[in-house]
Amino acid sequence: MKSLAELQAIKDKMKDKVVLREGSSDIRVVVGMATCGIAAGARPVLNALVEEVNAQGISDKVTVSQTGCIGICQFEPVVEVFEAGKDKVTYVKMTAEKAKEVVTKHLIGGSVLTDYTLKDENL
Amino acid sequence: MKELSLNILDITENSVKAEATLTEIIIDETSGSLTLTIRDDGFGMNKETLAGVTDPFYTSRKTRNVGMGIPLLKLAAEQAGGEFTIESRSKDEYPDSHGTSVKASFDKTNIDFTPLGDIVSTMTTLIQGHPDTDFRFIHTFPGGTAELDTREIKAVLEGVPINTFEVIRWIEDNLKSQYSENS
Repeated sequence: MKSLAELQAIKDKMKDKVVLREGSSDIRVVVGMATCGIAAGARPVLNALVEEVNAQGISDKVTVSQTGCIGICQFEPVVEVFEAGKDKVTYVKMTAEKAKEVVTKHLIGGSVLTDYTLKDENL
Repeated sequence: MKELSLNILDITENSVKAEATLTEIIIDETSGSLTLTIRDDGFGMNKETLAGVTDPFYTSRKTRNVGMGIPLLKLAAEQAGGEFTIESRSKDEYPDSHGTSVKASFDKTNIDFTPLGDIVSTMTTLIQGHPDTDFRFIHTFPGGTAELDTREIKAVLEGVPINTFEVIRWIEDNLKSQYSENS
C-alpha cells in the first residue's frame, strides 16, 4: 500500500510551490459535472484534462474545475474555457482524446479548435 | 448510467451542493449483494421536497437542487432486484443533526445489475473538484476492505491543497493498491 510517508514526502516537495501558484492562473477550464454531464462521459474528460495540463507542465497558469449543469444537456460532455480578455469558448460532445488536443492546441498553442465548439446553428 | 460508480459520483455531488462538511460513501459487498450508503451532514430537505425527489418529473425550479440523479439510482437498484430508501433532516427542523442519507441495495446476480465500475476515479474526481469538503470512503468486499478519509490526508498535508495533482495521484495509487492487495 502507498504509505503516508510517501504523502509526507509529496507535501514537503509541494509546500514551496504552492505559494507561487496561488492566484496566478490565467486560464480557467470548467467541466460540467451534473447528472447530464456524468451520464454522457464527463468523468474521463475531466481526468484527461487534469492529467494533460500536468503532463504539459502548465498547471501554474491553467486551473481545471467542475461545475453543475450548463443548460445544454444534449451537448454534454461540455468544457468551457475562460481566458482574461477573450471570449468564452464552449467545447461540446467532448471525449478524453479531444480534451488532450484542446490542452496542446488551444491552451498551449493558442488556437481554438472550432471543429469541437458549439455553433450558433446548433442552438 | 453505465457504471454504478457514476451514480455515486452524481449523488455525492448533491451532498456537496447541500454544503455538507463530511460525506460518507459506504459500500458493503458480498458475493451476491451490494449495498450502497451515501450519508452527508448537509442542509437536508423538508418532508415536502423529500417526497418529490424520487419523481423524475419533479423539479423545485427555484433552486434546482434535485433533478434526475435520485430517480436514476432508484431505478438502477429496483431493476436489479434491490431496494432504495432516502431519509433527510432539514437544517431548519434539526439544527444539530441535519443531513441526508441515501441507501440502495442491489442483487449482484440479477442480469440488470449495473457493475460498480471505476470507483477509484469517482473518488479522485470528487476530491479534485471539492477540496474544501471532506469524504470518507469505505468499501468492504469479499476478502478485503478499501478505505480513505480526506481528513486524515489533510492532516498530513498541512495546508498543501488536497487537489494538487501529485496528491490526487497518490490517492489514486493508494486506493488501487488497496484493491490489488486484497484481490
